[in-house]
Amino acid sequence: MIDMTVKIPGLELKNPIMPASGCFGFGKEYAQLYDLSQLGAIMIKATTVETRLGNPTPRVAETSSGMLNAIGLQNPGLEKVYGSELPWLEQFDVPIIANVAGTTTEDYVEVAREISKAPNVHALEINISCPNVKKGGITFGTDPAVARELTRAVKEVSSVPVYIKLSPNVTDIVSIAKAVEEGGADGITMINTLLGMRLDPKTGRPVIANISGGLSGPAIKPVALRMVYEVSKQTNLPIIGMGGVTNVDDVIDFLSAGASAVAVGTANFVNPFVCPEIISKLPERLHELGYDSVEELIGRSHRL
Amino acid sequence: MIKQERMKVITQQSIAKHIFELTVEGGLVDEMAEPGQFVHVRVADSFEPLLRRPISVASIDKENKRFTMIYRAEGRGTQILADKKAGDEIDVLGPLGHGFPVEQAEKKAFLIGGGIGVPPLYELAKQLNSRGIETVHILGFESKQAIFYEEKFKALGDTHIATVDGSHGTEGFVTHILNELPHDFDTYFSCGPTAMLEAVQWAYPQKKGFLSYEQRMGCGIGACFACVCRTTKSETDYIKVCSDGPVFPAGVVIS
Repeated sequence: MIDMTVKIPGLELKNPIMPASGCFGFGKEYAQLYDLSQLGAIMIKATTVETRLGNPTPRVAETSSGMLNAIGLQNPGLEKVYGSELPWLEQFDVPIIANVAGTTTEDYVEVAREISKAPNVHALEINISCPNVKKGGITFGTDPAVARELTRAVKEVSSVPVYIKLSPNVTDIVSIAKAVEEGGADGITMINTLLGMRLDPKTGRPVIANISGGLSGPAIKPVALRMVYEVSKQTNLPIIGMGGVTNVDDVIDFLSAGASAVAVGTANFVNPFVCPEIISKLPERLHELGYDSVEELIGRSHRL
Repeated sequence: MIKQERMKVITQQSIAKHIFELTVEGGLVDEMAEPGQFVHVRVADSFEPLLRRPISVASIDKENKRFTMIYRAEGRGTQILADKKAGDEIDVLGPLGHGFPVEQAEKKAFLIGGGIGVPPLYELAKQLNSRGIETVHILGFESKQAIFYEEKFKALGDTHIATVDGSHGTEGFVTHILNELPHDFDTYFSCGPTAMLEAVQWAYPQKKGFLSYEQRMGCGIGACFACVCRTTKSETDYIKVCSDGPVFPAGVVIS
């Protein structure tokens, strides 16, 4: 019997697999396809204080083994997420990680304080790394001092453990990770998308209305893996790793690099059943590799 | 219910310039109901190209568990799809979205299509005819080489063709034909370029109409928020073409 469970602050996961924020809405679409209780956790779409309409279309563009998106944090706002999306998710036996976004520190604090009161929200993921909004988002995630102070402010009001979602669009991701550790973060989720763009060769115009977008998908996995490896080596925070995960061996890689759990993002768009498929294959793959538990695999690349 | 299935290719053929007709077989067909729904096709087992391709359903054959797609092979993904041969398998997710409400038509319906928006109107015409509704088809294409299914539509009702270059039928757009026809129908259904849908709505402000929209998609099931449109129904929300649509009543979508 392979032990699939993982314990990290706020989260007793039955397995280490969860859909990544922004790739799973608030779960309703995927609930038509399978029982969400199979999932280790769910990272719901970023929530802001007010309703956000997001960016104009086109919002997505395909690239080599990846895609760009500039959705722009479209969400129904705190009141609706708290009042209807989260209660709807209570029918499933699955912990929710609520992604919190905003344009000012006060926004983050307000969403964090309120949303962390929901009974099924077991942890927060603070989105200081959205590349697609003009204010807030990534501006909190590129300066270590700013990231530390925001972490402190959110930590003070949250009723559940706080994970900070890091951006790869920085010179030194370890300095940001250390700063949020100092600020009292309970964990890190990484990585958000890499800034990129695509042009139309006929017209020379950007394909995405927002001009640039966030790159995700298999193309970014090596970047994500290297960053998880560095941050896990140089901080003591548990990491939920993500970036280009499409199959069970990608999960093995992220765990080996030091992630305690793994989120699946863009792959949900290609194969909506990817999360339950990985979950069902993981025990056998661990057995083949000679491991009895997920925990044993975490960070093994540092021990070899 | 939405299913994901590796479906078997039965036939694939080129039926007009860059236009392919692909028939596949599998249990997913049991789930198909409304004309105007679409499927999301993964053209390769690798992640290159990454995303699925939304393709409309041109006809459904429940008895043989087969359905036919008609698509234009112009991009990277659809060109790969065009290489599939009988016996190959393709990964299909569907049926997706909400199609045309056939029960809304009373006696006579206009079916107005442009280019690659024409295919879903064929299954619609079949279903309307089987309900005893008279259908008139007004179809626009780029040129004579791009026309497909003219005879098949003719077998189901009056069919008028427009080509932009005038190489077949009326020269110009479907609106040129609409101007000439009596407004003796109760309901119209339309699928095609956004500009055409706009023109059709303007042409028949008093009539009951249903329009199928197109928008760049990610997931195809409503989770990624890529294919949104503004709507007259709410200033604070969008509608999603993939899951709320692709068919909407006239006057709902702000394009």
